[in-house]
Amino acid sequence: MSAPAARAGEVASSARSARLARAASRRRVNVIALTLSLAAMAFGIFWLVWILVETIRLGASGLSLSLFSEMTPPPLAETGGLANAIYGSLTMVAMATLIGTPIGVLAGVYLAEYGQKSRLGAVTRFINDILLAAPSIVIGLFIYSVVVTRMKSFSGWAGVLALALIVIPVVIRTTENMLALIPNSLREAAFALGTPKWRVIATITLKSARAGVVTGVLLAVARIAGETAPLLFTALSNQFWSSDLSRPMASLPVTIFKFALSPYENWQRLAWAGVFLITAGVLLLNILARWLARPPK
Amino acid sequence: MIPRSPRPGGVAIGSNLAAKLPAMSLSDVMPLERNRPRGSPPRRRRHVAWADAAIAGLAQAAAWLTLALLAGIIVSLVVGAAPALKEFGLGFLWSSEWDPVQERFGGLVMIYGTIVTSLIALVIAVPVSFGIALFLTELSPVWLKRPLGTAIELLAAVPSIVYGMWGLLVFGPLLARYVQQPLQAIIGDVPYLGALVSGPPVGIGLLSAGIILAIMVIPFIASVMRDVFDVTPALLKESAYGLGSTTWEVMSKVVLPYTKTGVVGAIMLGLGRALGETMAVTFVIGNQNQLDSPSLFEAANSITSALANEFAEAGEGLHQASLIYLGLVLFGITFVVLALSKLLLARLKRSEGTAA
Repeated sequence: MSAPAARAGEVASSARSARLARAASRRRVNVIALTLSLAAMAFGIFWLVWILVETIRLGASGLSLSLFSEMTPPPLAETGGLANAIYGSLTMVAMATLIGTPIGVLAGVYLAEYGQKSRLGAVTRFINDILLAAPSIVIGLFIYSVVVTRMKSFSGWAGVLALALIVIPVVIRTTENMLALIPNSLREAAFALGTPKWRVIATITLKSARAGVVTGVLLAVARIAGETAPLLFTALSNQFWSSDLSRPMASLPVTIFKFALSPYENWQRLAWAGVFLITAGVLLLNILARWLARPPK
Repeated sequence: MIPRSPRPGGVAIGSNLAAKLPAMSLSDVMPLERNRPRGSPPRRRRHVAWADAAIAGLAQAAAWLTLALLAGIIVSLVVGAAPALKEFGLGFLWSSEWDPVQERFGGLVMIYGTIVTSLIALVIAVPVSFGIALFLTELSPVWLKRPLGTAIELLAAVPSIVYGMWGLLVFGPLLARYVQQPLQAIIGDVPYLGALVSGPPVGIGLLSAGIILAIMVIPFIASVMRDVFDVTPALLKESAYGLGSTTWEVMSKVVLPYTKTGVVGAIMLGLGRALGETMAVTFVIGNQNQLDSPSLFEAANSITSALANEFAEAGEGLHQASLIYLGLVLFGITFVVLALSKLLLARLKRSEGTAA
């Protein structure tokens, strides 16, 4: 775009010598603005690179097999790992995805296939966009007052529900967007053959949008894998191995939070190793999701 | 269900179909020369009437569930905050007392912290995001657009706890040494101004929280701005270029006026994100309930960090109710901000339909 602009600028400036000075100053403003824009881009990339470099520098050194085989240690212990936290995170993220995905896909199907023009569709779309960006700590408060106070204890299940509530809006949004991309002629063709609507959705539109829906689920998993705030007062944490979802459960982000703010050197080292694991996992999931959703050549 | 295509090598309905679709018309799937039905329709078709209704019902129920979720959040927050609402009323919003022992609570310190950190974040993030969006739409070579756009979006993918830990242990100390201490040396003794930079040089406080929030919301604002810039009709931009405008003039006098509602929507979206961000702020803000010093480098508190730090330990009663009250205030503010953002972006989309 800038080449024709520069050429157009040249034509304008050579037209009248009286306007030369003005054209020169316009060009100067342009160069300054474009340089600032380049600087802004570099500024953005700079933080990403810095954070990644520090995470690798401080986190990779803490990587070892014991990280995956040993429990979170007491302060100042010689050994210890994050096994229970990693297990807790994996369990809760998996359960939350299993609960949240079907609901999200169904609601997304409703928005794209049934309620495109309906009032319920419009309201749901609006509310969903707000839930998508709503503070996750408020979700934690909600689950606390609905689940934790009823069950009279913090529990893995409460954490699972809190995370599932974060999965739902992400999946709804991507499912709807991806279904909207499927051309109507495909639906019409199937209807014309006498296919019932549910079969059209199940075997034609959802199937064609499969890659996009999977992308949405992966992005949702990446999002909840790093979520800390909604787990703080739902799943709480647990220093020991626990596979019982009805009891407090450790998770990687909450453990990192606790360890990072502690004054103990061994805890801080584990926190950095955990940060490295989470960052690597989340970024890989994101890149995988984007690769799946890449536009066809 | 789908009758076999009468043509040899007929169309296979499958996932790879989507790619070929735009070029395909109805007559490709069902040749028109076929005018007599062959055989009878599959038997199973008669039994699926209930399935259609069931799937439609399930899908609609899932949509209602989303609405119920929002209602549930609001109701549970109001119920949870009820004791504090009754005890302190609206005075809660401008009282800065926070004393769990005496059971006297007011949210001013946290509300102030939340608003100031978010404003600092916007002051930094808006111009930078604009620059990034300008770069991605007008300057970048085509082959770089996707990688650079992805890199910026990855900033949004980094979990907030990573920002928090990095901010506390890496960025904060550097900010204290290279920004706060020089500033203290220059304006530390000037009345009024000096108070803004007072405080121990450890790198926590409103400013570091604001800067980290800025980095976290840049990707959100920048990618929405890029998308709204992209909806500007090429005809408008090319006309301006044809009249001899520079890139900057096209941007500031054509694209920006055309997309201004969308740009404001993008900024509101970023603001909504910044207001509700928890972990990064909790790490670096210092968690101290004080309003005595206006310093941007003094430990402070925000709604989200108060919740994160105190809620699990707060006993049931007025302390917990007050924290939920804070949560309600936060949800109220973000709801209004995000709703405004959506409405502005929707308005741009509508005008796009009529103007193009």
